[in-house]
Amino acid sequence: MASLKDIARQKPRLASGHRLCPGCGASIAVNQVLHAINYPVVVTSATGCLEVSTTPFPYTSWEVPFIHSAFENAAATISGVEAAYNSLKRQGKISKDIKFLAFGGDGGTYDIGFQALSGAVERGHDFLYICYDNGAYMNTGIQRSGATPVGAATTTAPPGKESYGKVQRRKDITQIMAAHQIPYTAQASVSYWKDLMRKVEKAMEIEGPKFINVLSPCPRGWRSIDGQSISLAKEAVLSCFWPLYEVEDGNKWKVNVKPREEQKTPVAEWFKKQGRFKHLFKPGNEQVLENIQAEIDDQWQRLLAKEAASPKEQ
Amino acid sequence: MVKTLAQTGTSAMAAAMRQINPDVVAAYPITPQTAIVEEFSQMVADGAVKAELVQVESEHSAMSACIGASAAGSRVMTATSSAGLALMWEVLYVAAGCRTPVIMPMVNRALSAPINIHCDHSDSMGARDAGWIQIFSENAQEAYDNLLQAVRIGEHKDVRLPAMVMMDGFITSHAIERFDILDDGEAAKFVGDYEAINPLLDVDNPVTHGPFDLFDYYFEHKRGQAEAMNHVKDVALKVAQEYAAVSGRQYGLFKTYQLKDAEVAVVVLSSTAGTARTVVNKLRAAGVKAGLLVPRLFRPFPALEIAESLSHLKAIAVMDRSDSFSTLGGPLFIETSHALYDLGKNIPTVDYIFGLGGRDTGPDQIEEVYSDLQDIVNTGKVKELVNYIGVRE
Repeated sequence: MASLKDIARQKPRLASGHRLCPGCGASIAVNQVLHAINYPVVVTSATGCLEVSTTPFPYTSWEVPFIHSAFENAAATISGVEAAYNSLKRQGKISKDIKFLAFGGDGGTYDIGFQALSGAVERGHDFLYICYDNGAYMNTGIQRSGATPVGAATTTAPPGKESYGKVQRRKDITQIMAAHQIPYTAQASVSYWKDLMRKVEKAMEIEGPKFINVLSPCPRGWRSIDGQSISLAKEAVLSCFWPLYEVEDGNKWKVNVKPREEQKTPVAEWFKKQGRFKHLFKPGNEQVLENIQAEIDDQWQRLLAKEAASPKEQ
Repeated sequence: MVKTLAQTGTSAMAAAMRQINPDVVAAYPITPQTAIVEEFSQMVADGAVKAELVQVESEHSAMSACIGASAAGSRVMTATSSAGLALMWEVLYVAAGCRTPVIMPMVNRALSAPINIHCDHSDSMGARDAGWIQIFSENAQEAYDNLLQAVRIGEHKDVRLPAMVMMDGFITSHAIERFDILDDGEAAKFVGDYEAINPLLDVDNPVTHGPFDLFDYYFEHKRGQAEAMNHVKDVALKVAQEYAAVSGRQYGLFKTYQLKDAEVAVVVLSSTAGTARTVVNKLRAAGVKAGLLVPRLFRPFPALEIAESLSHLKAIAVMDRSDSFSTLGGPLFIETSHALYDLGKNIPTVDYIFGLGGRDTGPDQIEEVYSDLQDIVNTGKVKELVNYIGVRE
């Protein structure tokens, strides 16, 4: 992998001047991803913050070919681009090796874009799908999504007399993608840039569909301080809310960061820094917090068990 | 050398697809379109075509993949019917707005509910304002001819719009008919090579497709799209001329039959035109001055040309194989009445909604329509503006 110095010298492929908020994880994720790819690349993005903030006509931040089509079809759109590439390459009309990349937020990935994503990976297109997961429909004003954590306040699952915010658990899209038995699935966080870039580099050398789910803080939706986004993304990992791991061929599981007991942050500590969980600290919600912690601990043990049960490296 | 075939309408479409030889086809099965994609899949399996076939998980993804593949710089096709077109609805607009000239055979079938697999035009009429060129075909021959021409029209540099070519589900798609196809070489020469504009795969010249427009640019882009549609009629006529030179078959914006000296006429799309023609023959033999007009291009709608062709009539019946549920009649009626009004012609014009869900429409029913028109001429009175025929009331 390139050194930090080399990376700093590379021409960014997502130019500055885009209109994403200070502290937004999306542009950080995109830059880390693009800096890790040493190939010509064609990019698509689902409708969302990333797309509207980087392409306000007549401006564009994309220094690489880019297409936006709609909300739910990023994976289908990139399938078409990749199919055209295969066709034209076979006909001798293109000689370069080009890579294909799709970005979607959690709404465009877990929810409305899930069918297209599942279909595209089943067909085996050679592309990398990056979900930047900020845990709600942030672009339209913080509505709950299938990725919203239990207990979080959103504008469509607000806490009230009868509710503590979102009452359902998150959909575990990373494991669902791994269950497609695609060659490579991973979970990453913008706070662990080396881990994220290594995963992208690795994905680029694997043929077929790849999926990486990147935790991407949203100060607006998380009701957090914009200067704390990276540390929040780190605490998410250290609390085991957002484990960093990778799965090859759906069955070789490897957990990349295992916080030691003294490192492990109670999830309540992480929650306290985010206004979206503020109501959970009011009297009467103690049990909710306890249940969330128990669920995270349980999921973490299950993940470790998957790693332990994986076939050993030859 | 011309080859004469006796095959189904879907085979005629598949034959045209083979000769167009697109770079990418992304499609999803739906009755009655399926036979086209099945046949094309066999051609791919046999190596008879160069297309990359993307067997998507839905029509929404079919059109989305087509948009991506077209923007990437390749010639792209798909095919659909009914609910498939309805599921594409959102991305039909994206294809038109991104100016990706996707070409699509569309086998007309009724929309749910109630679910029904048979022919009517409610599917393509639902997409009439999506910004696509829409061409209707009476039979397998026209479906084949129109599909080849649609490529040239949609991809023309003054147009760059997606185009759908319709034929009637089952009536045309699954009936065996005689039709001629061009020699493969002639067809390839007529269709020509695809010219990509700002392709995504030109990685040295990165371009952003599908950007976000605010109130400062959206309107201009839509205005540009409208202007492109304004060019379609001329381009379609020029392409038809070139096509006549290689095929010997003449195409215009619409067809007429016994219209010049007619007093009453029917306007109808697609396969029903064939039945109407036999009725005209029968009526003519009986001394009735009956005529027929069959639109080919529905989007854009050649309003002035159609109105001028109808301007000498004493009464007109439009037959719509779909209802707009506006209570003002079907789409073809609304467009035709509008066209006549704009030309300053106050000719009594009535609508007959017929054949929904594949209900058979025989010569007797069409004869009734002409007989109603004669009553209107004789009495000067229109009883009902919007009529439903062949239905239990």
